[in-house]
Amino acid sequence: MISIAPKLGSPEFQTLPLKTDENVVALRKLVREQLVAINFSLVDQTKCVTAASELARNTLKYGGGGQVRFSVLAADGSLGLCLVFIDAGPGIKDVPQALTDGFTTQGGLGLGLGGARRLVDEFDIESEPGKGTTVRIVKWKK
Amino acid sequence: MNLNTQAIDVSKFIKKYQYPILQDWMQNLKAQSVRADPAGDEQLREHCNQFLDSLAEALRSGKANDITSESWDEVRNLLTEISQARAKYGYTPNETALFIFSLKQSLFTRMLTEFAQDAATLVSIMWMLSTLLDGLGLFTIEVFQKSRDQIILRQQQELLELSTPVVKLWKNILALPLIGTLDSDRTQIVMESLLQKIVDTGAEIAIIDITGVPTVDTLVAQHLLKTIAAARLMGADCIISGIRPQIAQTIVHLGVNLEDVITKATLADAFVVALERTGSSITNRPLA
Ligand SMILES: Nc1ncnc2c1ncn2[C@@H]1O[C@H](COP(=O)(O)OP(=O)(O)O)[C@@H](O)[C@H]1O
Ligand SMILES: [Mg+2]
Repeated sequence: MISIAPKLGSPEFQTLPLKTDENVVALRKLVREQLVAINFSLVDQTKCVTAASELARNTLKYGGGGQVRFSVLAADGSLGLCLVFIDAGPGIKDVPQALTDGFTTQGGLGLGLGGARRLVDEFDIESEPGKGTTVRIVKWKK
Repeated sequence: MNLNTQAIDVSKFIKKYQYPILQDWMQNLKAQSVRADPAGDEQLREHCNQFLDSLAEALRSGKANDITSESWDEVRNLLTEISQARAKYGYTPNETALFIFSLKQSLFTRMLTEFAQDAATLVSIMWMLSTLLDGLGLFTIEVFQKSRDQIILRQQQELLELSTPVVKLWKNILALPLIGTLDSDRTQIVMESLLQKIVDTGAEIAIIDITGVPTVDTLVAQHLLKTIAAARLMGADCIISGIRPQIAQTIVHLGVNLEDVITKATLADAFVVALERTGSSITNRPLA
């Protein structure tokens, strides 16, 4: 459906639903556990968990629910966690605008997307009005 | 021979051997249980005996194939009582069902000798009784599960209330130690109870301690900022304490502006500030 999706073909990606508040809580816990397992520093754990929380809440609130796929990546002798948030909601008309600090359509702080981007190392967003939104993030171990 | 008269035969059989069956059953139960009965041995014996009484009574009615019928009311009531007690004391479903299943052995062993001459009768009686006890065992599990669900529901509600412990630290100083994930319902309740307490006590300063909050994302931050703004309208200042270094860094990256908010690393630091602001102070008295 969206062009960064094909990267997800690899079987080591696991999927979690994002349909309720409880799912968001469960995701934060799971991300924390994954990062602890690969020895992330406390600061990087907190940054990544918080970014995941922001994007998961967006998937739920704006995307009408969806799913998150995640996997531990290994590259250049380093480990990282990749998370992909996928929804088939209304999509974002103007992505750069949505990424602007303070921009919100529903009375939030408007810092979720921009903040998440600053908290991680890789951030890609694909969105098509009427089709849905996919956000992919990676946090590498320092 | 039809089911009805068989049920009546079994009823007589239970009455006739009630005492030895009871002894046997108790022994089996204790051998297979991992813990002592919550209400003690005496109570267990009482329950077992009552169960045999009511089982014999229900069978005497001749309706062995429908445990939901009226004749089985007393049996079901007793099992309900036992299952609920076990749910409350933290038993597993297995342990709870064991109450019924462990009766089989003592009943069947004795039946073997009692009905030894007539194999056909023996088989058909055992089959009836086995089906019956299976049904009752499943019934206990069902009741047990329902009681567990109720207990969990009640605990959740208690937790909702418990997690709003607004405490008065000093004249005019309140503290709200937040613990756990701040999601939707709970945050709303917590924040409202703080504002209510400010109204009730006329407090000047409220310390919101987030030491126990694992993740502060923009939604949590927004809740905090809204509460602080509302408190300010009521004439009270808020101090946020317990911002650990990793949380502070993350908040900065998110771009959340806490510049207008008094923040302190620990609740103790926040308390000192609050005392100063309300005209009190802590001094070290030299020891005499
Ligand atoms: N998955 C999504 N689907 C549709 N719109 C989205 C999605 N994620 C974000 N948006 C839009 O981008 C805006 C900014 O999002 P964000 O930075 O998280 O701020 P906030 O959630 O506080 O509004 C949202 O108000 C919303 O309009
Ligand atoms: Mg958001």
